[in-house]
Amino acid sequence: MPESQYAVEMKGIVRRFPGVLANDNIDFNLRTGEIHALLGENGAGKSTLMNILTGLYRPDEGGISVNGQRVYFNSPKDAINAGIGMVHQHFMLVPSQSVTENILIGLDEPRFWLQLPKYEQKIKALEDQFNLKVDPQAKIWQLSVGEQQRVEILKMLYRGVSVLIMDEPTAVLAPQEIEGLFKTLRVMAAEGKSIVFISHKLNEVLEIADRITVLRRGKVTAVGIKASETNRAELAHLMVGRKVLFELEKKEQEPGKRVLSIEDIHALNNRRLPALRGVSMHVCAGEIVGVAAIAGNGQSELAEVITGLRECTAGRVLIGENEVQNRSARVSIDAGAAHIPEDRTHVGSAPNLSVTDNLIMKSYRRSPISHGMSINQSVAQEQAESLKDEYDIIVPTIKTPVRLLSGGNLQRVILAREISAEPELMIAVQPTRGLDVGAIEGVQQLLLDQREAGAAILLISEELEELVVLSDRIYVLYEGKVMGEVQNGDIDTIGQMMTGTRQEEISTEAKR
Amino acid sequence: MDLIIILHAGVATGTVILFATLGELITERSGVMNLGVEGMMLLGAMAAFGIANSTGNAWLGLLVAMFAGGVLAILHGIVVIQFRADQVVSGLSLTFLGTGVSLVLGEGLSDAGGVALLPAFDIPLLSAIPVIGPIMFANQSILTYLSYLLVPMIWYYINRTRPGLHLRAVGEYPAAADALGINVFRQRYLYVFIGGMLCGLAGAALSLAISPGWFSDKTTAGLGWIAIGLVIFAQWNPIRAALGSFLFGALRRLILDIQGPMVLFGVLRNPFFYDPYLGFFLQMLPYAFTIIVLVIGSREAMRKRLGAPAALGIPYVRGERGA
Repeated sequence: MPESQYAVEMKGIVRRFPGVLANDNIDFNLRTGEIHALLGENGAGKSTLMNILTGLYRPDEGGISVNGQRVYFNSPKDAINAGIGMVHQHFMLVPSQSVTENILIGLDEPRFWLQLPKYEQKIKALEDQFNLKVDPQAKIWQLSVGEQQRVEILKMLYRGVSVLIMDEPTAVLAPQEIEGLFKTLRVMAAEGKSIVFISHKLNEVLEIADRITVLRRGKVTAVGIKASETNRAELAHLMVGRKVLFELEKKEQEPGKRVLSIEDIHALNNRRLPALRGVSMHVCAGEIVGVAAIAGNGQSELAEVITGLRECTAGRVLIGENEVQNRSARVSIDAGAAHIPEDRTHVGSAPNLSVTDNLIMKSYRRSPISHGMSINQSVAQEQAESLKDEYDIIVPTIKTPVRLLSGGNLQRVILAREISAEPELMIAVQPTRGLDVGAIEGVQQLLLDQREAGAAILLISEELEELVVLSDRIYVLYEGKVMGEVQNGDIDTIGQMMTGTRQEEISTEAKR
Repeated sequence: MDLIIILHAGVATGTVILFATLGELITERSGVMNLGVEGMMLLGAMAAFGIANSTGNAWLGLLVAMFAGGVLAILHGIVVIQFRADQVVSGLSLTFLGTGVSLVLGEGLSDAGGVALLPAFDIPLLSAIPVIGPIMFANQSILTYLSYLLVPMIWYYINRTRPGLHLRAVGEYPAAADALGINVFRQRYLYVFIGGMLCGLAGAALSLAISPGWFSDKTTAGLGWIAIGLVIFAQWNPIRAALGSFLFGALRRLILDIQGPMVLFGVLRNPFFYDPYLGFFLQMLPYAFTIIVLVIGSREAMRKRLGAPAALGIPYVRGERGA
């Protein structure tokens, strides 16, 4: 075997963090010119492994070879010098600086004076070679997320890396942008670059990767299997450690009366900038209505306005017959709203309180838990016990503080509390984010059960696939405005609207 | 009440404010806020005057003052960069420390009388320009002329050079800089030190050139706080910092001078001359303005709009996301 067969070889990597064995004897190898997917759930150890490869962490045990040479990295700079670069999930770009300036940070050349025009030319040439279009003079804050990602890739290509690690690169992109990214990755692989593609999305991995390595809880469950010789079910099994069904039962049913009406809502975000600019929508009993948008286009603010956590500057929110805007969370709750918030640990639960306390956080005000001025602890505990069994919450005891729970279990605590209140309206924001494949299915099934029980559900999610599978209708938000409404779950149309094309414009284009 | 004289003196006082403002500005551009400007200035003023007094060499005094300011600033750096303590608290403590040390070490210096001072002179040709010449280029301290050069140099350094690019990156998004191999901690220490040196220089400019002598804590009399306010007012831009500093220098001078004559402009009965309380009120105005600017500038939304370095005041920890 020629030693240059592997661009990168990692052997027996062990990395411990206080209380966690993040990487347990992991082997990983990358061939020159291939796209190699690193698949695993959140917390499986993918990022840790790649942070070791890029010099951010040092391994406790094990070694790395690059093109057959043993290497020791002390910093990301060492890794880049060895030709290994990473595009982080959270972009490492300075918003106030131009594309060119961002690319030049940390380089030895230019020596002192920046001479930007000269380097803008060089970057232009690189853009042409790899088909990565972006204006070198533009400031980062002016660019779309997709363009920013291109800057990150350019940054690494400019440094002459031969191995490019992409950490969950599709998480922030609209469908069209994902297609563009995949094209770019294929061009780069054809030019001889080796690419590690970190993901937890099975479909994407099967589409883009040549080979796949799967991690589960810090261990390798499959090393470099060929993408052409595997399938979704097998990968899910390797990733989760048990069979996953991928079957959801969604019954045909007619929507009932209107439960939630939003009329021309305007609201500001935390930075006092307009987040919602005239949003109108409605949700009826017995239907799931999805809201699709790229992160930061007003969907979080929308959920907060409905649930009484954010003031709106204009417009009306009606739950049933009650106006709830600019009142309080309690008014929304009393009107029949339940909230599965985006931020589970700070908004959705009180981390230091017990499972019981978190479960009764809505029902404590009413009999039988409320008893005069006090809380009837024995009733509270009985209810908590039965909810724990009903919703499959896995905890040592119901007295355990919820901060010790895993993401999936914490989400079940929140769902148990919200659903047991028998809400007429449910606002679910990113309900499956960060959960493992099995837990995702459970949460989705609970939402469908609620739909069948006649609840009106507003589902805000950045997982397009999930939206399309669960929703009866989907609104698309872009920069705080509704771009259009989709009934048939046409991903292509949704994607175009997510990047700012109005529905009317799409249909006129189609006519031409 | 000759306007030329007032502006001439304003430029001189403005030089002191300018050095301190530039020092704080460059420190803040790296993401560290150092509210100890007043302490570093006072230490610089004391050290400069003391050394010049005992050695007879004003230049040596200047160097020691800059070094002393830098060393004091490094203390702040260790506390906030290494140990990630609250920058406001540490900066305020630094003011007290610098003031205290200066008063103890400077005891007796106020009787020292004359020392070797830094030279003041006219710039040939430039001093002949009408109005601007007599204000800016005639009989000013060598340090004032130095400050004229320093402003465009610092602007160019920050915006047009490689180290300046790194300085901005560290202040705006340290994680991005770190990922590209920039040593964030080293950069921040460096600019905290340079900022401290400039504050020490500001102090030396006071006691060796602009208003020579040692008057204990009256030497700086709150100029350091005005400098901190001016950094915000200048939106972290050295050119604006220069305009602001000279404007404030002139205002300060005007406030002193306006209380002098019994009659203003030859006709008006001067109320500030007859009512001392009105005079105190006038003297208070620059500080009141500083407080207002600091309050406005401490609001998150306003800071964004003014263009504050995004990571200002936030300790950097490797591996934590975002800035």
